[in-house]
Amino acid sequence: MNTFNQMTIRDIAGLIDGKVICCEDRLSTSVEYAFASDLMSDVLTVEKENILLITGLTNLQVIRTSEMSDINCVIVARDKKVNDDMVKLAEENNIILVESPHSVFHVSGELYKAGLKPIY
Amino acid sequence: MQIRHKIAGGDFTRAGNVASAVKKVLQQINIDHKQSKRIVIALYEGEVNVVAHAYSGVVDIDIDSEKIKITIADKGPGISDIEKAMQEGYSTATPQVREMGFGAGMGLSNMKRNSDFMNITSIPGEGTTVELINFIKPDAN
Repeated sequence: MNTFNQMTIRDIAGLIDGKVICCEDRLSTSVEYAFASDLMSDVLTVEKENILLITGLTNLQVIRTSEMSDINCVIVARDKKVNDDMVKLAEENNIILVESPHSVFHVSGELYKAGLKPIY
Repeated sequence: MQIRHKIAGGDFTRAGNVASAVKKVLQQINIDHKQSKRIVIALYEGEVNVVAHAYSGVVDIDIDSEKIKITIADKGPGISDIEKAMQEGYSTATPQVREMGFGAGMGLSNMKRNSDFMNITSIPGEGTTVELINFIKPDAN
């Protein structure tokens, strides 16, 4: 597989002062695209694979939406904290959760600058 | 193969449980990944609709060699104007639903996009039934 312009979750977490909450064993997973949204309905329209989600929303439906959309990493921005139910469901579905103290705009800017692609 | 699941209206902690279970079944029987993703997204949106708007619902999944048919039947307020409900951006969702990241009036149109056939029937005051059919692509096996 061509890994050009793909980044590992480990590198991504480092760029955004991220705290990895679960699935630490999967940090060498790489992603190519990122999508930022608090509207899960919009996330569900994304057809690309290999995407990372940046959101400020913290509820179970963020994890369910990621599961259905084959998103394997969620960055929770704005210093929001994930709850235990989210962590449990994320672990069941091998979804890496990363908390960042920065805003969605800040996180998006850093990752765009580092080469993650927008989906459109 | 026939599978039946029940959905409780208003219970957002469990919205998505049915789609999650069906996703695992589709993986087990090796349904083409793209088609499988479309099916679970359409089902998940349908499940969220039942949780958001209805009192209870039943999902029937019927899988044969050609297609996957999903019927989501709920007991609830029904939809008086289906054409209007299908319009992107039109929503009657509560603030609670919006807080969950839904209720932007995109669910039904996203279900249509992710299915090969969709039919909605509704009786106001009684409930709504959505039928979704997705054909299994020849390259599935």
